[in-house]
Amino acid sequence: MTGLELDNLQIWHNDTLVVGLTASVAPGEALTVMGPSGVGKSTILAAITGTLPPNFTQVGTIRLDGKTLNGLPPQDRHTGILMQEELLFPHMSVAANLAFGLPAAIKGKAARMERICAALSEIDLDGFEHRDPATLSGGQKARVALMRVLLSEPRVLLLDEPFSRLDAALRDQMRSLVFDRAHALGLPVLLVTHDQADADAAGGEVVTLA
Amino acid sequence: MPAIGREDWDLSAFRALFTWPGLPEAARLSLFTGLIATVLSLAITTLILASWHGTRIAHWVEAALSPLLAVPHAAAAFGLAFLIAPSGWISRALSPWLTGWERPPDLLITNDPNGLALIAGLVAKEVPFLLLMSLAALPQIHPRRCMIVAQTLGYGRVTGWMKTIFPQLYKRIRLPVYAVLAYSMSVVDMAMILGPNTPPTLSVQIVRWSSAPDLAQLLTASAGALLQAALVVAALALWRLAEHLARAPARRWIGTGVRSKHDLSLRVFALILAAAIAIALFGGLLGQLIWSLSGFWSFPEVLPDQLSLKTWSKQAPGMANPALTAVIIAGTATAMAVLLTIACLEAETRLGLYPGRKAMLLLYLPLLIPQVSFLPGLRVLLVQVGIGVHLWPVVLAHLVFVLPYVFLSLSDPYRAWDTRYTRAAATLGASPSRIFWQVRLPMLLAPILTAAAIGFAVSVAQYLPTLLVGGGRITTLTTEALALSSGGNRRIIGAYALAQTALVVVGFALAILVPRLVWSNRRGMKGLA
Repeated sequence: MTGLELDNLQIWHNDTLVVGLTASVAPGEALTVMGPSGVGKSTILAAITGTLPPNFTQVGTIRLDGKTLNGLPPQDRHTGILMQEELLFPHMSVAANLAFGLPAAIKGKAARMERICAALSEIDLDGFEHRDPATLSGGQKARVALMRVLLSEPRVLLLDEPFSRLDAALRDQMRSLVFDRAHALGLPVLLVTHDQADADAAGGEVVTLA
Repeated sequence: MPAIGREDWDLSAFRALFTWPGLPEAARLSLFTGLIATVLSLAITTLILASWHGTRIAHWVEAALSPLLAVPHAAAAFGLAFLIAPSGWISRALSPWLTGWERPPDLLITNDPNGLALIAGLVAKEVPFLLLMSLAALPQIHPRRCMIVAQTLGYGRVTGWMKTIFPQLYKRIRLPVYAVLAYSMSVVDMAMILGPNTPPTLSVQIVRWSSAPDLAQLLTASAGALLQAALVVAALALWRLAEHLARAPARRWIGTGVRSKHDLSLRVFALILAAAIAIALFGGLLGQLIWSLSGFWSFPEVLPDQLSLKTWSKQAPGMANPALTAVIIAGTATAMAVLLTIACLEAETRLGLYPGRKAMLLLYLPLLIPQVSFLPGLRVLLVQVGIGVHLWPVVLAHLVFVLPYVFLSLSDPYRAWDTRYTRAAATLGASPSRIFWQVRLPMLLAPILTAAAIGFAVSVAQYLPTLLVGGGRITTLTTEALALSSGGNRRIIGAYALAQTALVVVGFALAILVPRLVWSNRRGMKGLA
C-alpha cells in the first residue's frame, strides 16, 4: 500500500516504554498526533526519520509506500521534516540552502538555479536567492524551510510543531500553505502538536497520546 | 648501546649522577620552584575568578590575560628579565631618585639562587592558562545560579564563590593543574633564562649533559631524566595527598556558615595581581621592542637616547632561516594535529563513541610527563636506529605536544555543535560525508582555525623537542633565542623573542580574520565561533 504505515511501533528508552503507536496515513491525507509535552510525540518522528538517540530502541515496523524503513540510514528514507526551528544553514545563502535540498539528479548549474528561482517564486520570495538567511523574517524563514524540504522530493511530510513559533497571523498563512502544498503533491502528512487549531487545519484523523 | 660505545649493563650512569655535587640543590630547586609556582598560580587564578567572575570587570581581565597565553614561554621570560634585571626598566624607573643608583647595582635578581625570578615567570605564564581552562569549565557548573543563592543567603562574593563554585570547579580543572605542576618542575627554557645557574634546576642540567659533546654524558643525562620523572611523580603524589588532607577542613569551613561579607579589599588585591601579570607580560614585550630598536642607552635613562633599526637590519638575514624552519615545523605539526583531531571527533560523532576519563588522561599524558624525561631517551633511540638529523622526527616530536592542545581546544566546540543541523541535513537526503564537508566543517571553521592557531603557537614555542630530537642542528627562532641568552646582548635577544612572538600573533590574527572575511555576509555565523 502507498503512504505511511506505523505497524505496532514502540519506542523504548533503556527498559521503559516511551511511546507506542499503530497508524497509517494515505497520500494526500493527514494524521495529527496530539498530547502534552513529554509524551514522546517527537520521538515518533525521530524513529521515522531514523534519528533516534543511541540509547533508544525501536520495535515494530515503519513502512513508506510499502517499503520498510527500519534500519535504513536517515538520508535514504525520503522522510521530509519541518521542525519548530527552521534550521536554515547559517553559512549558506538562501539559494544554497534550497540547493542543498534539491536532489543531485537535477544536473547543470543553470537548471538547478532555475528550479530554485521557481521555488522561491512559489513562496513569494522572488529575488531572495542571494540573501543571508539570518536577515529573513520569521515567516520568510519558515517558507524557505518548507521549500527546502519539498525540493528534496520527500515521500512523506513530518511536522514537529512547526507553527508554534510563528505569531498568530503568520501561523494561519503558514498552515494553509503547508497543507495545501502537501495535498497538491499527494504527500501523506504526520503532524505532532499540542495546539488544537493545528489539528483542525490539518483535517484528517487525530490521535491523542496521554 | 654500541652507538655510544657501551654494551654492558651497569649503574655507572647513576653513580655519575649522584657524584655530581650540585644534585641535591638542583633537585630541591626543581621541587621547590614547581610546587610554589603551582600553588601561587592556582591561588591567584582562583582569587581573580572568585572576586570578579560574572562581572563586567571580569571581561576586561579575561580580555587582558587570555592573549598572553599565546606569548611563547621564552619570550615571556626574556620580557620579565628585561623588567626586573638590575639594569631593567623597574630599576631604571626608580633610579637614581629613589635608589641612588648611578650604575646597575650588583644584585642577582634574575637567576637568583632560590629561583624566585623563575617562579615569577612561571606564575605569569600559568595564570592565563589556568584562567582559560577554568573559564571553559565554568559554564557547566551554572555559576550565576550558585552565586544568586549564596549572595541572597548573605555570603560575601569571594566566600560564596569559594564555598559553592570552587569545589565543583577544582574537580574539572584537576588535570590542567597537574600539567602546570609537572611543567613548572621540569621547564627548561624559562629556567635557562630566569633560573639559577650554580647549580641550575635539574632539568637544565639534564639538557647540558645531553647536549655535551662527550657521549658518556648522555648516559648521565638519561639517569637524570629518570630522576626528574621520579621527582615529578613524587610531587604529583604529594599534591594528591594534600588534596585529600584539605578535604575535611574545607568541608568544615563550608559548614561554619562564615559569610565574610566585606571582601572589597581582597577583591581589589585580586585585581592588582591580575594587572601585575598583564603588565609583566605586555611590559616585557614592549621592553624588548624598545631594546631591539635602541641605539646607545645609558643606565638610569628610562628610554634610549636614540632609536634605530640597526639591530633589525643586521639580524634580519640571519633570522630568515630559523623563522622559516619554525613555520615549516609548526605548520606541518599543526596540520597533522588538526587532521587527526577532526578525524577522531568525526568518528566519535558518527560511531557514537565517547572517550571516558581514562582516554582523557592518555591525552594529557604528554603534558604530564616532563619533556626532559623522555626526549633525551628519544634522541638516544634515534641515534641508535641510525636516523640522522632530519626535519621529520622533529615535526613528529612537536606533534606529540601540539596534539593535546589542539584536541582540547577543538573537542568542546565540535561536540557542542548543534546536531539538529545534522538531522535537518540527513532528512533532506544528505549522506554523512556530505554533511561533514558542506555543513559541519564550514560551520566550525572559526573554532578549527582557533585550535590550529593554538597548536601553531605551542609548536613555535617548543625548545626541547627541537634541540634534542634535532640534535642541536635544527634551528628555529626559539632555539636561536635561547642560544643567545647566555651572551646577554639584549638588543639581539629582544629582536629574536619579538620575532618569535610575531609568528604566533600572525597565526591568531589569521584565525580571527579569516572566518570574518569568509562569513562577512552571513550574520548567523557571528557568535557561532
